[in-house]
Amino acid sequence: MEKFTTHTGVAAPLTRSAVDTDQIIPAVYLKRVTKTGFEDALFANWRQDPAFVLNQSAYAGASILVAGPDFGTGSSREHAVWALRDYGFRVVLSPKFADIFRGNAGKQGLVTGVVTEADIEAIWAALAANPGAEMTVDLEARTARLGDLSVSFDIDDYTRWRLLEGLDDIGLTLRNEEKIAQFEARREAWRPRTLPVR
Amino acid sequence: MSTSIPDRPRTLAEKVWDDHLVVKGENGEPDLIYIDLHLVHEVTSPQAFDGLRGEGRGLRRLDLTIATEDHNTPTLEIDKPIADLTSRTQIETLRRNAEEFGVRLHSLGDKEQGIVHVVGPQLGLTMPGITVVCGDSHTSTHGAFGAMAFGIGTSEVEHVMATQTLPLKPFKTMAITVEGELRPGVTAKDIILAIIAKIGANGGQGYVLEFRGSAIRSLSMEGRMTMCNMSIEAGARAGMIAPDETTFDYVKGRPHAPTGQDWDDAVAYWRTLPSDEGAVYDAEVFLDATELEPFVTWGTNPGQGVSLSDVVPDPASFTDPNERAAAERALEYMDLAAGTPLKDVEVDAVFMGSCTNSRIEDLRAFASVIEGRQKAEHVRVMVVPGSARVRLEAEAEGLDKVFTEFGAEWRFAGCSMCLGMNPDQLAPGERCASTSNRNFEGRQGKGGRTHLVSPLVAAATAVLGRLASPSDLPAFEKAEA
Ligand code: SF4
Repeated sequence: MEKFTTHTGVAAPLTRSAVDTDQIIPAVYLKRVTKTGFEDALFANWRQDPAFVLNQSAYAGASILVAGPDFGTGSSREHAVWALRDYGFRVVLSPKFADIFRGNAGKQGLVTGVVTEADIEAIWAALAANPGAEMTVDLEARTARLGDLSVSFDIDDYTRWRLLEGLDDIGLTLRNEEKIAQFEARREAWRPRTLPVR
Repeated sequence: MSTSIPDRPRTLAEKVWDDHLVVKGENGEPDLIYIDLHLVHEVTSPQAFDGLRGEGRGLRRLDLTIATEDHNTPTLEIDKPIADLTSRTQIETLRRNAEEFGVRLHSLGDKEQGIVHVVGPQLGLTMPGITVVCGDSHTSTHGAFGAMAFGIGTSEVEHVMATQTLPLKPFKTMAITVEGELRPGVTAKDIILAIIAKIGANGGQGYVLEFRGSAIRSLSMEGRMTMCNMSIEAGARAGMIAPDETTFDYVKGRPHAPTGQDWDDAVAYWRTLPSDEGAVYDAEVFLDATELEPFVTWGTNPGQGVSLSDVVPDPASFTDPNERAAAERALEYMDLAAGTPLKDVEVDAVFMGSCTNSRIEDLRAFASVIEGRQKAEHVRVMVVPGSARVRLEAEAEGLDKVFTEFGAEWRFAGCSMCLGMNPDQLAPGERCASTSNRNFEGRQGKGGRTHLVSPLVAAATAVLGRLASPSDLPAFEKAEA
């Protein structure tokens, strides 16, 4: 997983609350057998509307999503994070995230910053005045800057540390590689082996 | 293993856990647990392989990994291409991934192909005192050997592939003691259905269930697998049964069972596994085996069951408002009226199969009831062995003839109508007596209605065309034929 320190990119306002995982990625896309390539699935239903924010030229290539409260509710599908990530999002800001979504996001390198509702409104207002403006997200300092506007966001220490270090779950476990190898060295000979085929 | 063993008495589950500790979690962090055996199938593996590929990782221990095709495989004309596109893609993807990553795979047509939970034990890979995981909730089946076995999600599948470990918090333990001798015609399936009805479909949540007592010790390995298989239907993480001579006899001589000195070492260790005298469980449940009768579900979760000789319960009899509402909904979906004797309920189909009941003993039990008889005319009967090897074994014993002469369809191995991912499905409104493990709405096909039963009840039901146990069948003159 890539390390995350700071990121600068176009911020897109998603002025809705309670965006659930069915909206983020409709169920029909769950049949796929890959973990990547879900960019077309992101907000697939909403994107059929030409007026939808991501269809506006100012927000082409957006990589920071600024959403209303209760983002990521509904079914726990990890695909919701994959779709955001594959589309190119590195950060989602919202006043409140569903817990499971937040957990999944942290494991997949997507920053979920909690900002106050007033700050979200302020960002939306700034973007309305200046569509397509770039925002800089600093994970170390837990701040997001857009022109003159600077807001701070919340993210728990543990998740922040993992993102700064670029550690997915597997990477975390592999920090104990030596202990795993030691365990294997003392594993008894009778334990099952699938190879060679007998 | 050489880790220091606490002096307090421990349960079976604690012993297996302690012996797989790679890193003890501090300050509420999870433990890192070593995984001895990873079973893989086509539904939950594709994204795990893709994740490995994306990060440039491989499998840490190919020699602790085995894959088979089961959920999507057709059970007829297995040499033809699979018609359903999603099914075909999942299977072809597993084949490509297995090839690319070097994973041992038993494909459709191979004699070791079959339901992953039937294949592990039959190869002798499942044994006491090991940890087993698979991206499938019915991994609990393997706990019958005194293994710690549980289902995991796709991202955990990837984690095990890459590290052969899992970060986990210890499970709570629940002892379920079943004492006494079972009446004739009462089987492991009836015990577990009765347990689930007693503790509820969520009663085991967060627990490892340990089944113990004389009734459990008297069960064969296959019966024990049926019980542990359905632990998950009580909401439990896993089910376990202490290993004993029955277990050792079953494992011995199988293709991957230990041999020579390894076997002796293994058995010596396995004998230390049963829970210590005085070990403390987080919860305990008792059941009198002598009172049990053949059991059947009337609703749409596995906890909604009663004795076959009983009637469909009245929702008003449930004091808990949620249970009452659930019962009302279930009766509507199942199209059953309160007070109807279950033995009056007619079925359209009988499904004999699934990882709960598709091993050779199950097929023998089914055959013993139907032999020489004819199925009820209006009933469709499907017999689906759990693995290609079970199919071969059954054919060597001539069971296939018993099935086909009875009027049943004798199929190839796979999950089949347990979940209807392949074309084996109920039509809307059809009612089925099924030896599988889930009676959820639409589980066996959209609008299908499922009654969970034992192989003996399934067989008698196939004869009479309505829910029945073997003792309901008219006396039978075998000599006449
Ligand atoms: S037989 Fe049914 S329960 Fe068992 S693994 Fe297959 S689908 Fe799951």
